[in-house]
Amino acid sequence: MADQTQSKPMHKVEYEKQQHKEEMKHQVLTFALMILFTLIAFGMVVMEVNSYFIIPTLIILAIVQVAFQLYYFMHMKNKGHDMVALMMYGGAAVALLTIITFTSIIWW
Amino acid sequence: MSHEDVLNPKHMPHDPEKATLEGKNKFLGFWFFLGGETVLFASLFGTYLALNGSTQGENTPEHLFGLELVFIMTMLLLTSSLTSVYAMYHMKNHNFGKMQTWLAITVFLGLAFLGCEIYEFYHYIHEYGFTFRSSAFGSAFYTLVGFHGGHVLFGLSWITALLLRNRKRGLNLYNAPKYYIASLYWHFIDVVWVFIFTVVYLMGKVG
Repeated sequence: MADQTQSKPMHKVEYEKQQHKEEMKHQVLTFALMILFTLIAFGMVVMEVNSYFIIPTLIILAIVQVAFQLYYFMHMKNKGHDMVALMMYGGAAVALLTIITFTSIIWW
Repeated sequence: MSHEDVLNPKHMPHDPEKATLEGKNKFLGFWFFLGGETVLFASLFGTYLALNGSTQGENTPEHLFGLELVFIMTMLLLTSSLTSVYAMYHMKNHNFGKMQTWLAITVFLGLAFLGCEIYEFYHYIHEYGFTFRSSAFGSAFYTLVGFHGGHVLFGLSWITALLLRNRKRGLNLYNAPKYYIASLYWHFIDVVWVFIFTVVYLMGKVG
């Protein structure tokens, strides 16, 4: 373990560290945005915003927040995640069908 | 790559979690599993959405839920998601000690979340007499939220086991994929919670 940096050129190690730092910055920003979305969602309900659009707005906020989580925290934006995207979008599509089926046909 | 190289690598690659074939397989296999989990939770959400109107009395979502506790729980879980991101950041920089520390903080936050949830259920049962058998809404609620709580408990046990088992080993190419996948699982728990606080609690309050 001690000679792990010697086998790699120093400038490459530095470059990778810089890259990780950059990614971490994006992730902290993502976290701030997720907190913001959460505050807006709770705020709308606490202040009893009386609108026809409140439920669609809450759902859109949740979907955006989840997209941030998947793409930044779980690295789906990085290379080599094509198969992952296929699985998750496939899962999401079946999930949507499942919810529609359960609410319209199965439990009525 | 020989077994010795995996356990005691001469140099750590850029992505230690995907440097071996086993690591790559774990990574892909775990995302397959998460795709399946999405559908599993969708069926519980579908059931909840269809049955939350069948309340059999005055224990309705609007009457039961308190947003303060849910907000605290949301913040705890969201923060624990960030701390596990920090842990993976230190893993990529090959800093084993800091990775372990951040994961320990993650476990601590997760335990706080679980404590809140147990308190919440206890409160509903003892103050309101609202149980699994009270109504269709009760069954759907406890199944959905309890299933998520079960995932939290499993995730906590998983991460704790990794922390204890590897504490003297240091980071290598054998355990890096295990850590990475456990952190993916932890993020997924937060993904599900985002939909739970939106669909169950916030939409329950809106009515």
